[in-house]
Amino acid sequence: MPVVANPPTLAARSTIDRMAPASGVGDKIFKWLTLAMALAVVVLVFLVGWQLARGSSLAIQKFGFHFLTTSTWDPVAEQFGALPFIYGTAVSSLIALIIAVPLSIATALFLTELAPLWIRQPIISLIEMLAAIPSVILGLWGIFVMIPWLRDHPFPVLKRLFGWTPLFDGPIYGTSMLAGGIIIAIMILPIITSVSREILRSVPNLQREAAYALGATRWEVTRIAVLSYARKGLFGAVILGLGRALGETMAVTMVIGNTPQIRASLFAPGYTLASVIANEFTEATTDVYLQALFEIGLVLFGITILANLLAQLLLRTMGSTMPPRAVQ
Amino acid sequence: MTKLDQFSSKILGLVIAFGPAFAGATASAQMTMNGAGATFPYPIYSKWFDEYAKVDPSVRFNYQSIGSGGGQKQITAQTVDFGASDGPMSDENLAKAPGKILHIPTVAGADVVAYNLPGNPVFKLDADVIAGIFLGQIKKWNDPKIAGLNPGITFPDQEIVVVHRSDGSGTTYIWTDYLSKISAEWKQKVGTNTSVNWPTGLGGKGNEGVAGQVKQTPGALGYVELIYAIQNKMPYADVKNSAGKFVKPSLESITAAMATAQIPDDFRFSVTNAPGATSYPICGATWLLVYEQQKDPAKGKKLVEFLKWALTKGEDMAKDLDYAPLPNELRERVLKRVDEIKM
Repeated sequence: MPVVANPPTLAARSTIDRMAPASGVGDKIFKWLTLAMALAVVVLVFLVGWQLARGSSLAIQKFGFHFLTTSTWDPVAEQFGALPFIYGTAVSSLIALIIAVPLSIATALFLTELAPLWIRQPIISLIEMLAAIPSVILGLWGIFVMIPWLRDHPFPVLKRLFGWTPLFDGPIYGTSMLAGGIIIAIMILPIITSVSREILRSVPNLQREAAYALGATRWEVTRIAVLSYARKGLFGAVILGLGRALGETMAVTMVIGNTPQIRASLFAPGYTLASVIANEFTEATTDVYLQALFEIGLVLFGITILANLLAQLLLRTMGSTMPPRAVQ
Repeated sequence: MTKLDQFSSKILGLVIAFGPAFAGATASAQMTMNGAGATFPYPIYSKWFDEYAKVDPSVRFNYQSIGSGGGQKQITAQTVDFGASDGPMSDENLAKAPGKILHIPTVAGADVVAYNLPGNPVFKLDADVIAGIFLGQIKKWNDPKIAGLNPGITFPDQEIVVVHRSDGSGTTYIWTDYLSKISAEWKQKVGTNTSVNWPTGLGGKGNEGVAGQVKQTPGALGYVELIYAIQNKMPYADVKNSAGKFVKPSLESITAAMATAQIPDDFRFSVTNAPGATSYPICGATWLLVYEQQKDPAKGKKLVEFLKWALTKGEDMAKDLDYAPLPNELRERVLKRVDEIKM
């Protein structure tokens, strides 16, 4: 920061002087305060985990490891297995990422590298408005608009083209794992786009200029100078999106079909961890049932943490084995 | 119930109890009566509380529709003055309460079979067919069993897409209670609860989720509350009752079912598959839960006054909101029980 650009007036200088002795104490207070806040977040994460574990102790004792490997969810017989929900959460999030990541990064690239200035702000505002739509509204739109359209137009085409693979086999109801993934994709699109846009904007212009100077075309500049430079940050944006996708509840519940089963076909209904909690928590009256739902929460918590840890590891290997590629 | 559960439900109770109390701190000298529970009767209860404010301005009601499970938990933990539930409490849960909890039935509703067929003809179903469809054994609309009940209607050669509630609900409780009574196979394989392990079908969240899927999916069939079907102008089927008559679901046929059903003295009853020629077979009541021994005499007195008002004047408002009122004889019995509440 340039200090001499605008010398402070007498009055301003005296204010600074008066503040100087106190700032030693102030700095310390500020330091401790921020440390306490930072620690509070860590403590909060542990408390949540601990609470969930305590709340599900009965279920953990009763079902043990089988909770994660069995597929029966029967509140009447009090037999609970979380496998279909884990599968549903994983698959719907994966579908969402497959759809949302290329779309978001392409949008961000367009907005930072290619779009004329006058069009940037309107598009950015529109994308941010998408993030502001309440999830239950999106869910209702899903049932009444998206599902009938998917069922009548894209799904039959997919079935005709790829029906020979198990992924697009079986009857089409509309509500399905694929519909769940698509609605999550719509919901995580804004966050991945805006984070990616910030990352791409922070790529120094020197990078681009250097590439142009070497005679690179626009695509080459984008690929070599921008994308590879921003690789790590973009990966971070995707992980943020994944975090959202794993926990997305209301809209997914409305369109995924809520059937705890594991089917290869994406046209078949599924169920996610977050959805079963939202659906059944309010009316669970027996202890084991309630505890099993708590354990579902614990599993979801674990999966989210695991996904983040894996992402950290991946980021680290990215950093060490693949340094930003120099312009050839 | 673990200590932790009790602790968290106490906290929740405190929030429920004091949140509005702070908000209304200016209107002092008013007594706040806190309740929590079932969502199904929420519209009629709100109406009652509104109207009752005119009768007795010194009491203010605060009702949180957090679900029947929550209502049972809160009354057991004594964090509310009354609970509400769409299903009677189990013996196991009653034993956890520190005192005797009374079940006060208030109004009733029904589950209807809604569907999406070309032209939406009103057709007839019986117990066998409904059980067969929900067990996944009757798969096509043109199944001879369905056609046999409905001469004159041609059903398409189309798959029946079964839709059920995915969220735990009193509606599902009534539905599965009915299926358990009429089908031994259902009782043994699936059973009765607010959510069950469905043999077949898609799950929709809430009445709106089921209705949405039924309306959007050609060949779909599902169950929704009668109120919901009436208000959304959905077609629904007539169902054969235990007397062998096909009955259209209506407020009258629900009240008729409650008049003919065997109702025990603790009012923990189920009116599904009730006898009587005019009874609709798939219906159920909703209850308020109160302690027989009230801790706070002043509050207890006001609560009893309200209950008496609700069971007399309140019942008369039920029909306007598409709820079925209790039959007169049952009303008298319940009123007598309310008189036995001790302060």
